[in-house]
Amino acid sequence: MNAILEMRGITKSFPGVKALDNVNITVKAGEIHALVGENGAGKSTLMKVLSGVYPYGSYSGEIRYEGRERRFSGISDSEALGIIIIHQELALVPLLSIAENIFLGNEPATYGVIDWSLAFAKTKELLKVVGLDESPETLVTNLGVGKQQLVEIAKALSKKVKLLILDEPTASLNERDSDALLRLLLQFKAQGISSILISHKLNEISKVADAITVLRDGSTVETLDCRAETISEDRIIRGMVGRTMEDRYPKREPKIGETIFQVENWCAYHPLHSNIQVVKNVGLKIHRGEIVGIAGLMGAGRTEFAMSLFGRSYGQNISGRVTLHGKPIDVSTVEKAVANGIAYATEDRKTYGLILADDIRKNVTIANLEGVSTNLVIDDIRELSVANDYRAKMRIRSSSVFQEAVNLSGGNQQKVVLSKWLFSDPEILILDEPTRGIDVGAKYEIYTIINRLADAGKGVLMISSEMPELLGMCDRIYVMNEGSLVAEFASTEASQEKIMHAIVKTGRR
Amino acid sequence: MDTRTADELQAPPSKTSWMEFIKAHFRDYGMLLSLLAIMLFFQVVTNGTLLRPLNLTNLVLQNSYIVIMALGMLLVIVAGHIDLSVGSIVGFVGGLAAMMMVRWGFDPVTTTVACLIVGGLIGAAQGYWVAYFKVPSFIVTLAGMLVFKGLTLALLGGMSVGPFPVAFQRLSSGFIPDIFGGQGFNYTALFLGAASVAAMIYFSVRTRANQLKHAVETAPFGLFLFKNGLLAILVIAFCTLMATYRGLPNVLVIMAVLVALYAFVTNRTTIGRRIYALGGNEKAAKLSGIKTERLTFLTFVNMGVLAGLAGLIFAARLNTATPKAGLGFELDVIAAVFIGGASATGGVGKVTGAVIGAFVMGVMNNGMSILGIGIDYQQVIKGLVLLAAVSLDVYNRKK
Repeated sequence: MNAILEMRGITKSFPGVKALDNVNITVKAGEIHALVGENGAGKSTLMKVLSGVYPYGSYSGEIRYEGRERRFSGISDSEALGIIIIHQELALVPLLSIAENIFLGNEPATYGVIDWSLAFAKTKELLKVVGLDESPETLVTNLGVGKQQLVEIAKALSKKVKLLILDEPTASLNERDSDALLRLLLQFKAQGISSILISHKLNEISKVADAITVLRDGSTVETLDCRAETISEDRIIRGMVGRTMEDRYPKREPKIGETIFQVENWCAYHPLHSNIQVVKNVGLKIHRGEIVGIAGLMGAGRTEFAMSLFGRSYGQNISGRVTLHGKPIDVSTVEKAVANGIAYATEDRKTYGLILADDIRKNVTIANLEGVSTNLVIDDIRELSVANDYRAKMRIRSSSVFQEAVNLSGGNQQKVVLSKWLFSDPEILILDEPTRGIDVGAKYEIYTIINRLADAGKGVLMISSEMPELLGMCDRIYVMNEGSLVAEFASTEASQEKIMHAIVKTGRR
Repeated sequence: MDTRTADELQAPPSKTSWMEFIKAHFRDYGMLLSLLAIMLFFQVVTNGTLLRPLNLTNLVLQNSYIVIMALGMLLVIVAGHIDLSVGSIVGFVGGLAAMMMVRWGFDPVTTTVACLIVGGLIGAAQGYWVAYFKVPSFIVTLAGMLVFKGLTLALLGGMSVGPFPVAFQRLSSGFIPDIFGGQGFNYTALFLGAASVAAMIYFSVRTRANQLKHAVETAPFGLFLFKNGLLAILVIAFCTLMATYRGLPNVLVIMAVLVALYAFVTNRTTIGRRIYALGGNEKAAKLSGIKTERLTFLTFVNMGVLAGLAGLIFAARLNTATPKAGLGFELDVIAAVFIGGASATGGVGKVTGAVIGAFVMGVMNNGMSILGIGIDYQQVIKGLVLLAAVSLDVYNRKK
């Protein structure tokens, strides 16, 4: 069989990070090729290189497609050759109809006048192919996620697709919809359309994939051929996580005391769709001086859990019980949650954590202005000394505390966010992806700060998609999947394999 | 791993030279300098008419209501919103005051209090939709603009109502009486000017001492002296000029007190800081425990009260309430705030900037009227100045 696509020696760097390092992948014509790897392994970056989001010249290496070298300068170039990518976050316009979405930017028109009857007729055909029984006039917003996914695929088909790339297509689908989608892929395969399938659900991959390429830390680990022999999930997991643990985490002797924080039966529903339960009966506890991790894949509901807990900042119909030092506490607004000793450092610093146009000083004190003011009047001197104090203690690299947050590096921005919450003097600090997008040196400093907090007798709840980080930092790890806690490990007995197993096993149910 | 110690990281900033400091703080000083340049220009081309005591008094009286509303509008814009209804509120509250005093026989004090409350209620009604129902403020206040323009016409029955009791007229036409009994020279005016200069110098010296104590970047001492000296001379010169005419108008004192109050609230109080945080990043502010809805609501209530006050002052100045009062004021007020360096996306803007912006507009209005430029070209020029000022600001920020 001929290769439809060969990517050779692809290397792509971002300032300070090498996202892809000499990656090779070969996709044969008419096969379903799975691409697996942990979060941050470089799967999405590789697909962006392929589709031209990162144009020729911004990466090094060679892309050969249908036997010729290709140099894409944008998505339209790759689409013209039949390479269509369907992203995890669907790119549909909710308030337009199915037909309008399918032909968006590609309308059947003469001199700019759209032939709607032709568009509708074509849409009907396409919907029949993907097995979606809806009128072309239905607005996309009225469709469920599974059906929207099918609309995306119909849109791809309308563009004469030859290589279909699906980024986590089944992540938010239920089992029936997932099966339908996988059957569709097999059907395409029979018609000679090749696909690249990015997925965390290894059981699905073993069902449909002809070959599997494993990425880890931006490099190709191996390509497994599923046609010759059946590949076990254990075999794939070993490839995904098999990195050596280096000395990347500061040493700490945990001094764990009594239970200080407990959550029972915590439930939350999607903010727009009240029938979707995003957090399901979560119960956990944190001891004094303990760092507790929550592992899970993106979309497992970890951030949603943390934000619903922190002043109901996410979701609706939230229920459950929270106790601190054995007493129930009210966390129904952010103000009350903070007053009761809870702090939440968000995963998205720029959108939810910082006021970028304001300086370090103002960002540090904003969650606890009472701490620097008397009778509603801010005491400049006290505020300044607090800010200077944190700048020194957290080693925030800046010209002064008057530097605007927007001009700080990711690591220093994160230190400002942490300073803000430390100044509110919490008992429980929830850290959501505390080291996302931060370089290795700054990560070590953040880890040191987290350890110091635990040693000071606080409880830390750490959400991270980087499993080595959780294993290196936490005393205990919960595993979350599809809104529920599905496993709990002491750090001594936890391993990446065990965590992956817990996720994969429950994902199959 | 970084091996630098905290001390190295905290090394005090190197001494800044004048030029570097001015460059770094161009936005702070640039506004004031442009206002002075514009004043100087009109002083020259009007052959000195601009700064005659009589004209200076007029300038203050003509601009007071714009300045007062700019204070409220600054908070609204900093919070990330806009209020288009203020001109109509001015008209409505002025009309209400006229009806209450002239037709229904209320005394000026009751009328004033009632009108301020009504202004606050109007602000609350609009703020409610913006803050709790998340209706865009542009829409809500556009609706308010139409509603209150209509209600003003209905209230006044399409006629002008006046004149007002003398006590009420004093709000705009009165002057602070001279307690020292000077002949032809109002010593009280000079005294109040000197007192405010003393207060100003006291606070800036104190701030500077704090800055030095905490090794914060400070303006070079020479520049500090120059800036404070210049401001002191300007204030004293202004008060001396006013003293040779009839002294300080009541409105000027109200305005000055409000400006000082709002400068303090925005710079030094928790509520002020929270409004900036809300406008800078509403989501982050909310996740920091700030009650963003209530704060938004309050900024609109505040705007309503100030628009009500402006309505009273404007009516008192004309000594009659007309259905057309306040027409287009919202544009001058919004322009003043943006000329003063506020950001349309919220989170950025200063009280001093808004006040200077209001006076830039005022001086241009006044200067061009003296020169006899028609209302047609005055608007063209004002529009271009607004565009130029904001483009310059955007350009500076990009650098």
